[in-house]
Amino acid sequence: MRRKIPLSIAFIFGVIMIIQFFIPHPVSRDFFQMILDWMIIVGAFTYILAVSSLIRVHKGKIKRKKEGWGYSYVTLIALVITAIIGVIGGAFQPTKVTTTLFQKINWHLQQPTILMVIYRYIQMPMQATMFSLLAFFIASAAFRAFKARNITAVLLLITAFIVMLGRVPVGSLITRRLPETFHLSNVVEWILNYPNMAAQRGILIGVGLGMIATALKIILGIERGYLGGGD
Amino acid sequence: MKERKGLIIGFAIVLIIFVVMLIKGHPSKSILVWVAAFLTLFIYSFLYKDNFFYKFAEHLLVGVSVGYGISVVWQNAFIRKVFDPLFITRTYIVNGHFHFWAFLAIVLPTLMGMLMLTQFTKKTAWLMRIPIAFVMGAGSGMSVPASFQTYIFKHVQNTVFVTLSISSFIMIVGVISTLIYFFFSKEHKGFLGKTANLGIWFIMIAFGASFGYTVMARISLLIGRMQFLLHNWLGLIK
Amino acid sequence: MGFWEKVMKLDRRWVFLLIALAVFIPFLKPLNLPITVTKPVKDVFDEVERIPPNGSPLMISTDYAPSTAPELDPMLYALLRQCFASKRRVILLSLDTQGAGMAQAGLDAVTKEFPNVKSGVDYVFLGYQPGWSAVILSMGEEIRKSFPTDAYGVPLDSLPMMKYVHNYNDIPFVIDLSGSSAPMSWVMYAGARYGQRVGVGTTAVSAAQYYPFLSTGQFVGMLGGLKGAAEYERLIVKKGYTKAREVATIGMDAQSIAHLVILFLIIIGNIAFFASRSYKERRLKSV
Repeated sequence: MRRKIPLSIAFIFGVIMIIQFFIPHPVSRDFFQMILDWMIIVGAFTYILAVSSLIRVHKGKIKRKKEGWGYSYVTLIALVITAIIGVIGGAFQPTKVTTTLFQKINWHLQQPTILMVIYRYIQMPMQATMFSLLAFFIASAAFRAFKARNITAVLLLITAFIVMLGRVPVGSLITRRLPETFHLSNVVEWILNYPNMAAQRGILIGVGLGMIATALKIILGIERGYLGGGD
Repeated sequence: MKERKGLIIGFAIVLIIFVVMLIKGHPSKSILVWVAAFLTLFIYSFLYKDNFFYKFAEHLLVGVSVGYGISVVWQNAFIRKVFDPLFITRTYIVNGHFHFWAFLAIVLPTLMGMLMLTQFTKKTAWLMRIPIAFVMGAGSGMSVPASFQTYIFKHVQNTVFVTLSISSFIMIVGVISTLIYFFFSKEHKGFLGKTANLGIWFIMIAFGASFGYTVMARISLLIGRMQFLLHNWLGLIK
Repeated sequence: MGFWEKVMKLDRRWVFLLIALAVFIPFLKPLNLPITVTKPVKDVFDEVERIPPNGSPLMISTDYAPSTAPELDPMLYALLRQCFASKRRVILLSLDTQGAGMAQAGLDAVTKEFPNVKSGVDYVFLGYQPGWSAVILSMGEEIRKSFPTDAYGVPLDSLPMMKYVHNYNDIPFVIDLSGSSAPMSWVMYAGARYGQRVGVGTTAVSAAQYYPFLSTGQFVGMLGGLKGAAEYERLIVKKGYTKAREVATIGMDAQSIAHLVILFLIIIGNIAFFASRSYKERRLKSV
């Protein structure tokens, strides 16, 4: 029962949405619009899952005094403060509460809300920096691991060389005296538009077939991973 | 001992460079930019060694990100699609008449979404599967015809109907040999094996191009941060 | 241990320092290397130019997070400058919570350069809506179903710009700025089902895999990575739309030098690998 109901729901709505695609009648379109609305509203609630999961992990860390448990307080306090500021103060447009408060204390913000200040000067810089660390790691990895051990690795290396040089201005400078066909930027464009595109297309068709197979498996109840464990 | 000496010398050099940059440049007068710059440097300190400043910044980022997400979902999704239509604008009342189906069209998905909250009690946690199954089922149903059109038909069409040229011939050979490489139901022997090997060559070219582009992407991220530190914070570059 | 073996065992922090210097120094001593515009970028520019001023709006979907901002922010800023300077209307939205913040930050920055530009008249910011594919499909029927108000709570019906805009039939071109697979969703749902013309601004990581979509015409054009952003900046500056700081173009010198350094590291790594391997083989033979 606990698995049959959700599987039946997945089957019914899956089949309906496939059939609906082929029926242009206004009733079918209205029904389709309604289902889309439902998906949007239900989608909003799925965020609760993500938040509760994070809180559970950090609460557990604090409770069991695992290594680095003190930092979990930082996460939870930052979460609560930012959420309160955003919900009460507004996300993109200040609420009546904050507008009245700011007027009373004569405070003018550069950004529309305090949440946007936090986003602009705390979240954005840190998130961008976190990912920029990858530049260092890719250089280190390229130095240590990118070895031309066999013919296919040599082919990969040569293509990478050509693309890395051809996609930056210095590449055009190196080959500027050669005929236009052999300019690095044109060679790179040819590689990207023909051999690269051919392999990517082959992979894409395979991915497409895989997606269709997975979608059909979900609809028919063969794929049940999304139901989670237990009975 | 040697490492400690190196660390002190390195730190002294960085400090001198920093002071010179502050004097020569036009550092920002905004305290928020300074906060952003120091949080950036906290994270970059990881490149030397994992430390307290990095861990603090990392955990702060996670908390702030989720708090921001809660605020945006609350205001743009809950308030706009549920709270306002139900209690403020009351879209189900038109010219004084109550439209039951319009009312149900808001209430039913809201109730279904609220089943997500049942995850907190073991007895009712299974009800959470209902909204998930609805989204998965409807989403899968929508994606089947769209995937056929987007990933299969268009690309097969574009492979078959091409202008005659050496490049187009290379492209057709590449697509077919790549597809044959990923066909694992038959052993790669004889003609099939040779074609699959050719497919590997095309895949290596694609991976090489992807690697080149990936390096470009990662370096771009570093360039962005460097621009922030040198232009927005220290005012060293125009 | 031989010299090349020492090179192979080099502490990675020296490599980090080398990369940092390779990016830092070109900012202090710019090379001003020329940038050539490629066809995929020109196609996006031309498609936007085809939209008549004060007419149907361009739709920009900012589906990216701060982690990809250095590549995609310059694209957003360039598109907004092009539209505001040429009086083309813009609808901004995001299918990602973080993307909504990026769009707001972009609007805050660019509207300072165009003080006459007004929300509801020259641009509309719809904000964020969960549901991804459902939102894209829903806008094909009626935008107000997914976004009854803009991000600031103003009903769309009361916005002058949205009076005659209801679905994709009223939108000539959609550009999706994303570092994830969001552009595929736009092609799958808006492009395939409603025939909507879609362009993409993406990170360099994803750019290589979108070439098949360019070839079929499913993407009208593509801005790929920081180079794509730099090319677009060149185009709008050439057209006289802006004199603002060209963030992506300034970064291309550092990109060039960093690429050369990484290629040098790969070559040195390979030389060290083969030299130390033959050194080991020679030592084994002598023993």
